[in-house]
Amino acid sequence: MSDVGKVTLDLHTGQRGGSPPTPPPPQDLYAKREQIYPKLAHGNFRMVKWLVMAGTLAIYYLLPWIRWERGEGIPDQAVLADFQSEKFYFFFIELWPQDIHFLAGLLILAALALFLVTSLLGRVWCGYTCPQTVWTDLYIWVERAFEGDRAARMRLDKQSWGINKAWRKLGKHTVWLIIAFWTGGAFILYWHDAPTVARGWFTGEAPLSAYWFAGLLTLTTYFLAGWMREQVCTYLCPWPRIQAALTDEHALNVTYRYDRGEPRGPKRKDQSWDERGDCIDCDQCVQVCPAGIDIRDGSQLECIHCALCIDACDQMMKRIDRPTGLIAYDTEVAVAARAAGHTPPKYRIIRARTMLYAFLIVGIGALMIYGLGSRATIEANVLKDRSPPFVRLSDGDIQNGYALKLVNKASEPRTMTLAISGVDGASFKVIGFEHEGAAPLDLPVEAFGVDRYRIIVTAPHGAPRQDLIFTVTDTVTGESDANRSSFRSPEQ
Amino acid sequence: MSDEIKDIDEHSGVETTGHSWDGIKELNNPLPRWWLYIFYGSIVWAVVYMVLMPALPALPGMSTNTPGIRRHSDRAEVMKAVGELEEQRAASSAVLLEASLEEIETDRGLQQFALAMGESLFGDNCATCHGAGGRGAKGYPSLADDVWLWDGTLDGIEYTLRHGIRHEGDFDTRFSAMPAFGRDGLLQNSQINDLTQYVLNYSGRADDPAAVARAETLYQQQCALCHTPSGTGDRTLGAPNLTDAEWIFGDSEDDIYNSIYNARNAHMPAWDDRLSDASIKAVAVYVHTLGGGE
Repeated sequence: MSDVGKVTLDLHTGQRGGSPPTPPPPQDLYAKREQIYPKLAHGNFRMVKWLVMAGTLAIYYLLPWIRWERGEGIPDQAVLADFQSEKFYFFFIELWPQDIHFLAGLLILAALALFLVTSLLGRVWCGYTCPQTVWTDLYIWVERAFEGDRAARMRLDKQSWGINKAWRKLGKHTVWLIIAFWTGGAFILYWHDAPTVARGWFTGEAPLSAYWFAGLLTLTTYFLAGWMREQVCTYLCPWPRIQAALTDEHALNVTYRYDRGEPRGPKRKDQSWDERGDCIDCDQCVQVCPAGIDIRDGSQLECIHCALCIDACDQMMKRIDRPTGLIAYDTEVAVAARAAGHTPPKYRIIRARTMLYAFLIVGIGALMIYGLGSRATIEANVLKDRSPPFVRLSDGDIQNGYALKLVNKASEPRTMTLAISGVDGASFKVIGFEHEGAAPLDLPVEAFGVDRYRIIVTAPHGAPRQDLIFTVTDTVTGESDANRSSFRSPEQ
Repeated sequence: MSDEIKDIDEHSGVETTGHSWDGIKELNNPLPRWWLYIFYGSIVWAVVYMVLMPALPALPGMSTNTPGIRRHSDRAEVMKAVGELEEQRAASSAVLLEASLEEIETDRGLQQFALAMGESLFGDNCATCHGAGGRGAKGYPSLADDVWLWDGTLDGIEYTLRHGIRHEGDFDTRFSAMPAFGRDGLLQNSQINDLTQYVLNYSGRADDPAAVARAETLYQQQCALCHTPSGTGDRTLGAPNLTDAEWIFGDSEDDIYNSIYNARNAHMPAWDDRLSDASIKAVAVYVHTLGGGE
């Protein structure tokens, strides 16, 4: 091998050179994950988290079992995404594929609500209600039940394998898998009639997709909540990145009040509180943290703002007889002001960005409620034949074919009158019906369903290309819908 | 550089492959373990798969490929699936067989079923020539207009589907044969030119009135038997109407000359032995609803 033209790039100085005097030691850029052993915290926020966990889990596991009477032949499950019949049921709301924009609206509302909450209270979603947080919390609770609290767990992991370690680990993973299976099992209840699919699951009669998704959700729950934990938040979730743009110095975040805590350090007997900070470096806030970080380093991407460090710190402050709230929900501006010796500004709920979000939420919510309330119960959809676009008949007349879909969202059969307009001299016929000319025609539509009709429209020779409007009107209620299509012809 | 001495990269401490491209060397890192194990696993799986499934092609001394323990056959799977589908549709197909074509077209439920079935069958079997939606093409009649060579009624369409047009091997096929007047030497080229003008005259497009006059007798002798004296065609013989705006084989002077010189006599296969009775009925109803059904 020749050394001619050999150039090496020094990774550390970025300088090129023939041969660096002392090669730097190999640098490992990969940091191995360190197992986190969160200690059990006691306090108000821990209690709130237990309650939120119980509430959210109860909703998830029990919601599909709630029944909601809708009428003959329609599923009576309160919340159901029925793919077979292409409907989505949510208590009193029934959504058809044609109403899919409401789903988009719901997602927009959810996003805006998240924005609003983040600008007011930081990452409370992450800290309390995110499924990843809830299930991880539940899994840590199970882990604690089998292996003890932080110190015991660390000891157990260092121990060599024996009966004691084996049964504890086995028990933990078994319970984890049972919870995971229960989670995956509950998921499929949202897509089928819950009692039927639950029974069918064990008798082998459930659809293949039910087994597949139950298995998938079992595995993801087990791995995400059991093994991945905080790595999901730190590496997989986009929200920590997005929230950095949504929170600001006026939002309430879990904050270490360095103005009060510093200078920190273990307190000597002869020291007075006046000459030092309140933080005694007891490390409790670090030990309870499920993300394994030190909140005293300031706002961080890894922090899910679960507030457990507040509980841990408050407990310690009470023990050493200092006021609580060294770590607390506070704003950056307030802490900075106090550190500079000023009076902290009052926390303001009404700010430009919170007002904007609130305004958008109210506006979009009102639009959606109005849309849901005034939703038509009939709908006409016209699909023009694409091939052939038009047909010239032997007498020179021009003919176009259409497929008309009549949607009836009411629970009783109806009759709708079809009329066409927009093309001079046009007549129509509906396949299967005795009808000629342009007079309106009554068509039956089944209850809570979609009927398809094939319509042939004929216009006199020389008719130009123009819009053709199909209007359907309920013969009883007078409710009507119109759909614009086009009439094609060789003339432009 | 000798082969025995390893070339170690001074920055990473990793052995290089020993090659140098403009001074850039490639590190000879070991393969990632997860990748390696998946690779070994794939080899094990390949052996298992070869035992279980048909894997090796016919080797010398073997009549067929290795069948594998599971005796899997894609063809058998397809036949089984087709059988299951037919079983599923048996009830609806039975109803189609029972009902008359008119009943199928006017009954809402039957119509929906027949049209869905007919549309997919048409797409698979008929659209190759007749085009999507029966739009037609040069040489292949449109099924969406009101011009029918033979018969545009439900029963007529079903008959055409069953027996085809000029289909060899079906005695009931629709049949007629126009002579190739030029190719077979029945008429002089000049006579065919005159007849072309005569046919164009039906749609007011003749540019040689003398030729039209000359061809009058010739037309009545040679063509009127099938195409009728006034040129309106005869459906019992599949003789097209020469007076309307529909020209299957083209409306230019050249096209018409060509039609007389060579004759056209197009074919359509009989579907009787290719499609089931229920399928033929479904296609007949579908074609009838395309826009020109009588």
